[in-house]
Amino acid sequence: MGQRRIVITGTGWVTPLGTSLDGVWSRLLKGDSGIGPVTHFDASTFVTSFAAQSPPIDLAEYLDDASAFTHAARNSRFALAAASMALRQASIKPRELAKPHRAGLYLGSGEGPHEFADYAAMQTAGWNGETRTIDSAVWAATARERMNPRHEHEQEPNMALSHLAHAFGFRGPAYNCMTACAASTQAIGEAFEILKRGDADVMLAGGAHSMIHALGMTGFIRLTAMSKRSDSPKTAARPFDKNRDGFVMGEGAGMLVLEDLEHAKQRGATPLAEIVGFGSSADAFRITDIQPDGKGAQGAMRQALMQAGIDPREPGPDGRPGVHYISAHGTGTQENDAIETSAVKGVFGPMAPKIPFSSVKSMLGHLIQAAGAVELITCVMAIKTGVVPPTMNLTEPDPECDLDYVPNAARDLNAAGGVEVCLSNSFGFGGQNDTAVVRRFRG
Amino acid sequence: MSRRVVITGIGLVTGYGIGKDAAWAGLCSGASAISPIDAFDASGFSCRLGAQIRGFSAKDYVPKHYRKAVKVMARDIEIAVGAAHIAVADAGLVTRTELGEDARAGMTHPSERMGCHIGAGLISAETPELATAFSTSRGPDGEVNLRLWGATGMNNLPPLWMLKYLPNMLACHVTILHGCEGPSNTLTCQDASGLLSIGESTRVIERDSADLCFSGGAESRISMMGMARMISSGRLAETGDSTDPLAFARPYDGSSPGGLPGEAGGILILEEEGVAAARGAKAHARVLGFGAAQSGPPAIPPFDRGVAIPGEGLRYAITAALEDASCKPEEIDAIFPLGACVPWLDVGEIEALGAVFGTRLGEIELVTLSPQIGQNLAGDGAVRVGIAAMCLEQQKLPARLHTGALPAGVRAGAAPARDARLRKVLVCTSSNGGQNAALVLGAA
Repeated sequence: MGQRRIVITGTGWVTPLGTSLDGVWSRLLKGDSGIGPVTHFDASTFVTSFAAQSPPIDLAEYLDDASAFTHAARNSRFALAAASMALRQASIKPRELAKPHRAGLYLGSGEGPHEFADYAAMQTAGWNGETRTIDSAVWAATARERMNPRHEHEQEPNMALSHLAHAFGFRGPAYNCMTACAASTQAIGEAFEILKRGDADVMLAGGAHSMIHALGMTGFIRLTAMSKRSDSPKTAARPFDKNRDGFVMGEGAGMLVLEDLEHAKQRGATPLAEIVGFGSSADAFRITDIQPDGKGAQGAMRQALMQAGIDPREPGPDGRPGVHYISAHGTGTQENDAIETSAVKGVFGPMAPKIPFSSVKSMLGHLIQAAGAVELITCVMAIKTGVVPPTMNLTEPDPECDLDYVPNAARDLNAAGGVEVCLSNSFGFGGQNDTAVVRRFRG
Repeated sequence: MSRRVVITGIGLVTGYGIGKDAAWAGLCSGASAISPIDAFDASGFSCRLGAQIRGFSAKDYVPKHYRKAVKVMARDIEIAVGAAHIAVADAGLVTRTELGEDARAGMTHPSERMGCHIGAGLISAETPELATAFSTSRGPDGEVNLRLWGATGMNNLPPLWMLKYLPNMLACHVTILHGCEGPSNTLTCQDASGLLSIGESTRVIERDSADLCFSGGAESRISMMGMARMISSGRLAETGDSTDPLAFARPYDGSSPGGLPGEAGGILILEEEGVAAARGAKAHARVLGFGAAQSGPPAIPPFDRGVAIPGEGLRYAITAALEDASCKPEEIDAIFPLGACVPWLDVGEIEALGAVFGTRLGEIELVTLSPQIGQNLAGDGAVRVGIAAMCLEQQKLPARLHTGALPAGVRAGAAPARDARLRKVLVCTSSNGGQNAALVLGAA
């Protein structure tokens, strides 16, 4: 009995550059920026007052019964729209699955956004700053008055998952993970493992998140992790550039339909690409810093490449490196970009400088828990079109970042043999490292 | 050759105290761990009873150089860190904690062969910390003003404020403390988080991505926001001044007014059977099978409190776990269900158990823990698995507390601690959100 092969048969995204698969792709290849002033709330006095906001979602465009999702929070709305597009591409009709219990979900979605005014009013109710005590009755009464049960419910991190299950009738294994910026790559990887084991035939996998709300931005500003170039938002996201000063917050969703190849064949679906490797590791180092040698990142990449049967340090039969494009985690923080570069060099050795290695976060910002899924979809698009997206705003090279980041212009690789194999990295705060490898599908 | 998973370490932190022996003694005593809440002034809340962990700080469970880091641990994280430490001792492991930060030689297992999967909840930020910062930014109308907050107010929050509340920080601290560099994950599906984590650890070990995993979950709902959220979701009974938890917490009683909150964590050491045997470790129990499934509407949207979560998903999760374990329903000697005492969660569980076990359900002991240790959401599943493993080991069931009515054919009434012949048991859960998971355990 051979190993089950797992293919991607559908992809959908909601990004700061739009929601159509081809539309966003062509804008990425042009180097467009989705970054601008924050309009979701009044961020005018915040030291970082810009972000990459995604367009508002009218669920009626995506669902037959949008009225059931009136209260869904922004992250869930992104998830529903992206999943609906992915299922359409995969030719799976919502709620018409022959075996709903063989259709699972694995998301790396974030919590729903906070409502600042109500939340702040509750937290300060009955507070006596001098005695540092809280009047319990005043606090509880304010909570009753200002807490919206529906809104609280929608903040729970499993709500995007539950909404998708409801909207599309998936009843198989269902998980939501929160491993910060690594979450949706991890979700896709674990969904791939569930399919390989035969615990489901099809999985909807990906992530959705929005931290563009007052407390989300506050948290990252206090950590000094975000760019402060509020005077020039469109050039603020500068992965691998010497003058990078942090990441730019984004929001959105990426959803993929993963499927056992035999199941896809039986229903006549077209594989867009094959998932051939997944690796996951923990830095186990510090809560705020990455291992300086990138050991954890290297471990995740090595596991994924080994599973894919690719020797990273040797050229393939065509003389090219075994991987044709690396989608970087590439956040634009000093620490990440230097260590990710050194980790890629550690894994690929002499091949590393020959592999195009770019960060779409230079255009989309950092979609946090949704980033990995959106970036894996860019890999599928690179395989389809033979073109790899650029790293924008890379104007002053950093001696510590000396690989081929595809600076400032997309690159057409069709003359060189196209794009057959891509690797996508996601690393999370707290030391989570996840890597996926996808390959052009060949029957 | 297939790889199999055993439980070699049990670390429990519950309302009964620190450690699995405290939990076991408490559960067998017939007294509930639930009492009036004094972790904060709960006098204004409609629910004032809970299963609080008293006299516990993670400071007692971390090396000296790490004590400072406890400041950036929410209560949920502290519980996970404490439970992990106890589990390591119970499993007889040597990890980085004993050896110092850079020591690698001397560890029982190589770092890269150790994984970590810990379920977590939506961790509530501490109210006094936020109140201090927010109250610097009140506008003329008395409301907290966003512009003032952006300009200066937020600087009153500690720089690492957010890291104290990120759900993946439970696993983050545990992996750092014990040197786990293998696959690691944080599952966040409310009540199902713990069992899903144990399921994922099992699969990771089976597929040879690790030899050992720290696995489980932790959550504390004994805080102002934690309680307010549970009240808002309709999960808590209104206790008034009563001090009798059993007047409210009545699993599977359709007229139960809701459950009571708790705080708890369980971290188990799951280990590949051959690897555990080779180091002479004693197994508490075996993991025989796992399954997960999603329940259909009206589980969640459209949001409507009190609408029962259907049992269909739990039934499929249990069926999948039994199949995975090559176990027939009639081989199950006891069931450890969620039993939250919240009728809209309880009803689907009974429906699912009835569908799987038929009339034999009336002969199977249900082991309900929530009248004793409260509702612990992400902290719940692993505690139940730990207790189930101890039951298998001791061939004994803890006391069961119940003062209400039960549906016909459900064996969950009051009973003292008692001997029982236990070969295979089922631990299962539904959740607010509709995710379900089930685990079949066998005697070691």
